[in-house]
Amino acid sequence: MLKDVSFGQYYPVDSFVHRLDPRLKLVFLVVFITAIFLAKEFLALGICAGLLLLALIASKIPIGKVVRALRGILFLVLFTAVINLLFYPGDKVYWNAPAVLFEWKFIKITQAGIMFTAFLIARLILLMICTSLLTYTTTPVALTDGFESLMTPLKWIKFPVHALALVMSIALRFIPSLMDETQRIMNAQKARGSSLDTGSLIKRAKAVTAVVIPLLITSFRLGDELGEAMEVRCYVGGNNRTKYKKLRFSWRDLIVFVLGAGLLAGVIVLRFFPVFAL
Amino acid sequence: MNALEFRGVSFSYEENGPLAVDDLNFTVQEGDFVAVLGHNGSGKSTLARLSGGLLTADKGEIACFSNVLSDKNLYDIRKNLGIVFQNPDSQAVASLVEDDVAFGPENLGLPRDEIGRRIDFALRATGMEDFRGAMISRLSGGQKQRVAIAGVLAMKPKIMILDEATAMLDPKGRREIVEVVKELNKREGITVVMITHFMEEALQTDRALVMNRGSIAMQGSPEEIFERHEELLSFGLALPRIGVILKKLREGGMELHEVLGADALAKEIVSCVS
Repeated sequence: MLKDVSFGQYYPVDSFVHRLDPRLKLVFLVVFITAIFLAKEFLALGICAGLLLLALIASKIPIGKVVRALRGILFLVLFTAVINLLFYPGDKVYWNAPAVLFEWKFIKITQAGIMFTAFLIARLILLMICTSLLTYTTTPVALTDGFESLMTPLKWIKFPVHALALVMSIALRFIPSLMDETQRIMNAQKARGSSLDTGSLIKRAKAVTAVVIPLLITSFRLGDELGEAMEVRCYVGGNNRTKYKKLRFSWRDLIVFVLGAGLLAGVIVLRFFPVFAL
Repeated sequence: MNALEFRGVSFSYEENGPLAVDDLNFTVQEGDFVAVLGHNGSGKSTLARLSGGLLTADKGEIACFSNVLSDKNLYDIRKNLGIVFQNPDSQAVASLVEDDVAFGPENLGLPRDEIGRRIDFALRATGMEDFRGAMISRLSGGQKQRVAIAGVLAMKPKIMILDEATAMLDPKGRREIVEVVKELNKREGITVVMITHFMEEALQTDRALVMNRGSIAMQGSPEEIFERHEELLSFGLALPRIGVILKKLREGGMELHEVLGADALAKEIVSCVS
């Protein structure tokens, strides 16, 4: 079950998206998320979705992986959807039917509510896909290098950019290790009769503490061990370090850069002159 | 030349607490392949961590290639001395094999093409060249440890200490690691100190040190050590009789596979003879 958690895990294939400069990917992600939030109408969101689909195809990531990443936010999506569907007020009419489709006590399903919910779901899904696309196609080290390079100006005010970037990449690298560890602890607890998936909510919550505490202790131990291993390998901070992989801006990056700028511009224009507004 | 030398080293984890290492004296010659044996809590791992400057001795001196370890020359000592630890899951800094192997050379401030060459060398020497772009989390325990060895090797150390590096592996993984290390010692001339509690592994080395209560209790060739059966037992170590017999038979020219247990050995001999 824990093997399914694929968020944050690099998927090693060679593709157009994999080869992009990580700095560009990071900036593009920010641009893309901004565009998704700026989009107030379906056409704008459609353009975002189209571009993302293109990126997905170019990345050679199997569709199953993407679906699995989405499963992680299934609950969030359902929850938001239900709340909005039942309580969203509005009297705008989109198709040939009364604006309020169903009403019972405080529950009110409106045409506007349905449209808004669909919009929201689309937005959440796009957000999740674009973020996981970044981590699927970029190794933690590349991500760290990109992050560090983008944050270089902060070094002038003595902000520990290198350390922060390293912490980030180690966190990503430890996701699979901690997943394995969690599974191991859960199995050990189950073998001793603890049940994690049956019983009342309170009972289950209590059973979870029996997993979380050993996991916490294990992560401290793993952290200590990693620290020693790094020290012995002559790690003394970011100064005087060289980098094996150099970041390079190529023609691919230029194409994506133009696409990203176009997307942002398009979405902003559509915000002021909506074609298919909510 | 002495690759590693402990002169009257004592260390305790707590102030006035029990000594983890008690007046420890030994030398390891350059090019040696040495096993350090001992039961749990005999001070083996403390020895490794003291050598790498991860702990500071309360008393005595530690020298690596005639440089006495101090706060000032830690970096220089570590350039020459690599340690591979026990846990395959906690030594990698990066997610990808090549990124992790590059970590040490990057810390040394080497130029890019040199780092590339060192990665090639280290992965070839550990038989991991096909896994250069692989995710470390997908590898087996033995493979992860080989990557850890490669990571140390890429720094071109003169001496390598394996701190129970095989303890968490299955028999196959253990064999892989011992083979790799043995090759490194023979071909690259790297001095190897292999800390272990598996007696069979000690048989592969040139010399064995047995630790008990924080100091050296016995030393000599593995055969000499294993002859002193009763003594070994008193230090909480069991003797791999089968291993000794197997080794002698192999030296005598029989081609036998690694076996555990008398029955398996008997079958192995029968199939070899017939």
